[in-house]
Amino acid sequence: MWISMEWIYVFLGLIALGGSLYTFVDRKNPRRFTSGLFFALYGISLLFGSIIPPFAMGLIVIVMVLIAGMGGLKLGSYGEATAEERQQNRQRLGNWLFVPALLIPLLTIVGSLGFKEVKIGELFVLDQKNITLVSLGLATLIALLIGMALTKSSPLTPVKESRRLLEAISWAAVLPQMLATLGTIFTSAGVGTVVSDLVAQIIPTHSLFWVVFAYCIGMALFTMIMGNAFAAFPVMTAGIAIPLLIGQFGVDANHLAAIGMFAGYCGTLMTPMAANFNIVPAALLDLKDKNHVIRVQFPTALILLAFNILLLYFISL
Amino acid sequence: MVLIGVVIVIIGFIVRLNPLLVVTVAGLATGLLAKQPLYEIIEQFGSAFTTNRYMAIFIATLPVIGLLERYGLREQAEALVSKIKAATAGRIINVYLFIREIAAVCGMTSLGGHAQMVRPLVAPMAEGAAEAKYGKDLPADLRQNIRAHSAAADNIGLFFGEDVFIAIGAILLMKGFFDQNNIPADPLQMAMWAIPTAIAAFVVQSIRLILLDRKLDRRLGQSNSKHTATGKEE
Repeated sequence: MWISMEWIYVFLGLIALGGSLYTFVDRKNPRRFTSGLFFALYGISLLFGSIIPPFAMGLIVIVMVLIAGMGGLKLGSYGEATAEERQQNRQRLGNWLFVPALLIPLLTIVGSLGFKEVKIGELFVLDQKNITLVSLGLATLIALLIGMALTKSSPLTPVKESRRLLEAISWAAVLPQMLATLGTIFTSAGVGTVVSDLVAQIIPTHSLFWVVFAYCIGMALFTMIMGNAFAAFPVMTAGIAIPLLIGQFGVDANHLAAIGMFAGYCGTLMTPMAANFNIVPAALLDLKDKNHVIRVQFPTALILLAFNILLLYFISL
Repeated sequence: MVLIGVVIVIIGFIVRLNPLLVVTVAGLATGLLAKQPLYEIIEQFGSAFTTNRYMAIFIATLPVIGLLERYGLREQAEALVSKIKAATAGRIINVYLFIREIAAVCGMTSLGGHAQMVRPLVAPMAEGAAEAKYGKDLPADLRQNIRAHSAAADNIGLFFGEDVFIAIGAILLMKGFFDQNNIPADPLQMAMWAIPTAIAAFVVQSIRLILLDRKLDRRLGQSNSKHTATGKEE
């Protein structure tokens, strides 16, 4: 292929690494060395992830965790534009400011739908396995170039500005990757089978309602533990749905799959383990309580979980 | 015994230790109790971290979003909605929820996202609508609540919309799983049976957004006098 996912990782890595250079010399940051090191290591892990051997990468990760765990991440000064500067620029540019921002989703869709299986010569234009991610990466790059032309800013401005945003997100930026890592370890240690055995032991297997209840609740709970409904689905479905719902009660596999997966998504809305959906946005929006998004989603998740249980029960009667 | 990692994670999150530290300790403990050598556990950390690099994709949006913010993107988003009289925080978020969910139903899951849509556009618009209605000095807790609701709309619209689309990862995963277990399954049927919950999710969240507007009204007064003082379009 012409443009592979590795190129996007190089872009991500350069953003983190470039920002860290400013952090090392940021005298307003009381922990500028450790803060800079954290983001430099993160940048290196993104840039060279496919070359660095797993053990060395593991050590890099542990150093980053230790820096974050011991309070080594502090904020510095970012030379932000003052309210007046922003106001002046805004009056000059007006609604043109929206153009690059809206180009990101539009170009991503063009890339991921329009460049499916498109080749130039022998090679695919975009990495077909990761076409949405590659399209998003390219879309942000094009939007950035247009944004720079529009604002007539120097190439260093976006580097500094992304450092401001990335350091505001702080350790939460790395959390999704760490949780996915933990998920892998949980899976290989067999946590899933233990959980589905536990649930299967508790429920009265003669009652359709309670089996449906246990399957949906099990999906939600296990998703909350793993932070990912995709990890919960095979475990819960093999443990409860196939032997009991399909085998004993003859429930339609399509019904229970569609609704069971949604029960899992209800779990996703309620767990800090789904950090990319719940914790990173809290950091992005400067929320004081990192669990604020979860708190807001909780009632909706519970209502929808109850809805899914009743729906699956009634269509299976 | 394998559940020790789960216990560590739950306790760690409750006592609010640094989540990175909690997760690492939980992973090490789970691995060590499963009698894996330390070298292998660290290797596992490293290779899983590399495999999951795609989760860092939001970083790609930071340069352009940061640049536009420096030039007043968020203020412009606020100003734009403050001219629309019918706009309220709840309604703005509700419109976004609708667009996000419909786009996901059509397979366009990339239309949205916290870094590229919620932070620079949706949250400022919702806050702008509230400011236009109740005055610039919104209480901090309500402002935070509006932001959290903006983020929640992005998640809910995406999650409950995407499974209605046949070619989405979740449907393919379920199809693959049933194929492995020799159980007949049909992606079209799965997508169809996702529709009731997709509708329920939209209805429930819309009601909650109406309640959010009511809460703002109750706390800040129906139509604040500050608006009549500053708003020219009255």
